[in-house]
Amino acid sequence: MVTLTIDGREIGAREGETILEAANRIGIYIPTLCYHEAISPYGACRLCTVEVNQRGRVRLVASCLFPVEQGLEVKTDSESVRKLRKGLMELLLASCPDSERIQSLAREMGVAETRFALEENKCILCGLCVRVCQEIAEKSIISFVGRGTKRKVATPFFIPSEECIKCQACAYICPTGAIRFEEGKLVLPT
Amino acid sequence: MMPEKVLGKRINSPSELEALEQSIVAKRDPDKPCVVLCAGTGCRAAGAEEVVDAFREEIKQQGLGDKVEVKSTGCHGFCERGPLVVLRPKKIFYQQITKEDIPEIVSESLVNDNIVERLLYADPATGEKIVYEDDVPFYKKQTRILLGANGEIDPTEIDDYIAIGGYSTLAKALFQMSPEEIIEEVKQSGLRGRGGAGFPTYRKWESCRHARGAIKYVICNADEGDPGAYQDRSLLEGNPHSVLEGMIIGAYAIGSHEGYIYVRNEYPLAVRHIGIAIEQAIEYGLLGENILGSGFDFGVSINRGGGAFVCGESTALMASLEGKIGEPRAKYIHTVEKGLWDRPSNLNNVKTWASVPLIINKGAKWYSQMGTEGTKGTMIFSLVGKVNNTGLIEVPMGTTLREIIYDIGGGIPGGKKFKAVQTGGPSGGCIPEELLHLPVDFDELTKAGSMMGSGGMIVMDEDTCMVDIARYFLTFLEEESCGKCVPCREGIKRMGQILTGITQGKGKEGDIEILEDLAGVLRDGSLCTLGTTAANPILTTIRHFRDEYEAHIKEKRCPAAVCQELIQYSIIEEKCPGCGLCVKACPTQAITLVAKKQPVILDQSKCIKCGACYDVCKLGAVAKR
Amino acid sequence: MNIDLAKIDSIIEPYKGRQGLLISLLQDIQAECNYLPEEALVEVSQALELPLSQVFSVATFFKAFSLEPRGRHLIMVCLGTACHVRGGERLAQKLERDLGIKPGETTQDFEFTLEAVNCLGCCALGPVVVIDGKYESKVDSAKLDSILKRYQSEANKG
Repeated sequence: MVTLTIDGREIGAREGETILEAANRIGIYIPTLCYHEAISPYGACRLCTVEVNQRGRVRLVASCLFPVEQGLEVKTDSESVRKLRKGLMELLLASCPDSERIQSLAREMGVAETRFALEENKCILCGLCVRVCQEIAEKSIISFVGRGTKRKVATPFFIPSEECIKCQACAYICPTGAIRFEEGKLVLPT
Repeated sequence: MMPEKVLGKRINSPSELEALEQSIVAKRDPDKPCVVLCAGTGCRAAGAEEVVDAFREEIKQQGLGDKVEVKSTGCHGFCERGPLVVLRPKKIFYQQITKEDIPEIVSESLVNDNIVERLLYADPATGEKIVYEDDVPFYKKQTRILLGANGEIDPTEIDDYIAIGGYSTLAKALFQMSPEEIIEEVKQSGLRGRGGAGFPTYRKWESCRHARGAIKYVICNADEGDPGAYQDRSLLEGNPHSVLEGMIIGAYAIGSHEGYIYVRNEYPLAVRHIGIAIEQAIEYGLLGENILGSGFDFGVSINRGGGAFVCGESTALMASLEGKIGEPRAKYIHTVEKGLWDRPSNLNNVKTWASVPLIINKGAKWYSQMGTEGTKGTMIFSLVGKVNNTGLIEVPMGTTLREIIYDIGGGIPGGKKFKAVQTGGPSGGCIPEELLHLPVDFDELTKAGSMMGSGGMIVMDEDTCMVDIARYFLTFLEEESCGKCVPCREGIKRMGQILTGITQGKGKEGDIEILEDLAGVLRDGSLCTLGTTAANPILTTIRHFRDEYEAHIKEKRCPAAVCQELIQYSIIEEKCPGCGLCVKACPTQAITLVAKKQPVILDQSKCIKCGACYDVCKLGAVAKR
Repeated sequence: MNIDLAKIDSIIEPYKGRQGLLISLLQDIQAECNYLPEEALVEVSQALELPLSQVFSVATFFKAFSLEPRGRHLIMVCLGTACHVRGGERLAQKLERDLGIKPGETTQDFEFTLEAVNCLGCCALGPVVVIDGKYESKVDSAKLDSILKRYQSEANKG
């Protein structure tokens, strides 16, 4: 067991637990997009970033991955955290302006509009679908294809996979409705 | 199992190694003439391979076959002047030689004892011809502790390396030192990782040694991705055994028995030479089981990278060693504890590994005498871009930028004005003239908003547009970002769009502020250093060259006349004799010939601003503004 | 395009079960076929016991790999910083114009594939263009013309 403080509240946590898990357990809200408790954390959306003071060293870390440690001081809503989340949501809103989830998170972070040219993506590349297919369905039907701004979620050779068991976990877990099943067939974001 | 004696070549003890070294040295006459040819990638590009063959042929023809030795080595550094040849033992230095020069070199300088004047290097400042390699200003101010051996050995011959004392340090480490003593020596030397961040090497080694786990890995990062840097390539090509020896010593200190060299596949010669080196080291019992009879086992394998800048990042490199995409992960748990296959892994750069045998052999005190308070030893820079003497240089840390660019680099070509020097690759920044007095080390470059990186040093003159440079790096990073985290993927894309707009004359008031906002999101939010440092090229150019941004944004003008959308080519009529060279060069028939001795006419509506006319006109009759 | 599956099998054989060498294996296959055929990737996934999606992911992540057949000659134009400040980008534009293709594409007659590369490590002699592994240094538009002509006339002869 270790003791740490989150937003001034001193709590005990077991070693190996992440800041996000510890915070969730005591009901402190940290926004997330690429996190789900049933699958391994990934650290892609960065929305769960918090400020930590680690023996005097202050920095911003992704709480879904950062392991708790003795004496750690965590601020989940400091000014630098809020500023970063705002910046992230402005970027995501420009990329996926039609997603309700993105719109509501943007509002929550105080982002009314974005300064960037709007795109029409649905997928935010959070990778929840890829991980659920790998870890829960154990099928690894889909993966990330390409890199950088050309990255997308796809099946090999962009051909519908015969090995898909149609469990629909990917569609269920998708935060933006980018993956769907239509007439029993997997429809991936383009 | 085959008895070891039958293998013949295997060295079973330090004394056998010493005996081998002595027998190799005894067989060699230091006074025997030797033609040392640089066959590094730079000189090869300039035709070195034909030169090597031609030398061998000519020497045979002139009947010197057994009197003169020909040695093809790795990179000597002065790439600008390649192909290079050094005639030993006197070290006569000829440059920019072609195969046509060879009969004369052989008959004049090998048969007789004369100098071929026209092939000597002439100091551009004084016009003075320089005969000996050591007197060439480019080399004179250097301290080539890592690169020096490149000019002495054939990298495909392990005996050459052993002849200069190679692997004797390994024997010393294995038989006279404990792992703790080695780590202490590295600590005392002050060695910091040469990959870019400058983390103290001993601390990594110590943590990895103490990390829990029976299997540990050592990794050599040779995925040299910084554009404008090629020193790792030259070390692996020119002196691969020094890297191997460092890795074996490090593995012994850490307690690892398995190593990897992750090298760019774009470096075929480096892949080949390190492969040959590993085979030869295995044959000699310097790699594999029971090295030199010490009981210590260590094996190394080569992994060729697939072409991804992000794999220079340690966690991305390790993911790719596991057969996955090169995607970084958070380093909240360090790779020395959980790295490759979740096991303790120690990763160092090529130059770091190659420094290890020197430190263990000559001692921490010797090493730490070189350099600055915070950064000991030397650094290899690739001095490139708009500078006269391009090539690889090695100087003690703390040498000033001005000494490097002017004393070693010989200044800016064509009488142009210096504008900036870019260090640290896409994570670094552009340093202006006011800061040329800076002594180069990890901390000073970081303070200037740039970085050491892996040692790229790209010189820019007045014809370089700093907004275009910022856009260039963003385009580079947009292609190279793995795409995993939002700030890096989306932020770099947006910065690139804004900067491209500015270079096309579509910049708006407030763009600079948006760029600065995004820089903050990248720095604070990105998962790995590719993202956290991505804004450095922009921030430093905004800081030091804000007037250029403003000229683009407010006046729609590119002061350096680089940004295509903002410039126009025109014919200076007084200077144009109507020779028609530009007419032929123009891909869009935008230029028409009027008559002999009359200036040509350029039709702006057809001009695509490719600059072909500007390049081809030797009379300066094409203006660009 | 005919793919010699037996040849591919013999390339894969020594890599069986060695997942960490996926990238090296794909490189060897590409060196043989000049691209990564779909059939080969399926075989690789079976031999290395890796999901096909992972093999496909890796094959599309790294720049060295092509899923399309490439031309007889591979032209790489370097866009490293040192080459950039000496005009590398203009060479790339010229190649695009002269060959009528964009980086990453192949001419219709399968003679040339154009790739823009982020630094080839020959920075002192930029701008650099590499054709079929041969480095051409300090290239300008006139030199590029003569290089291209050499390869094009060879193509017409063949």
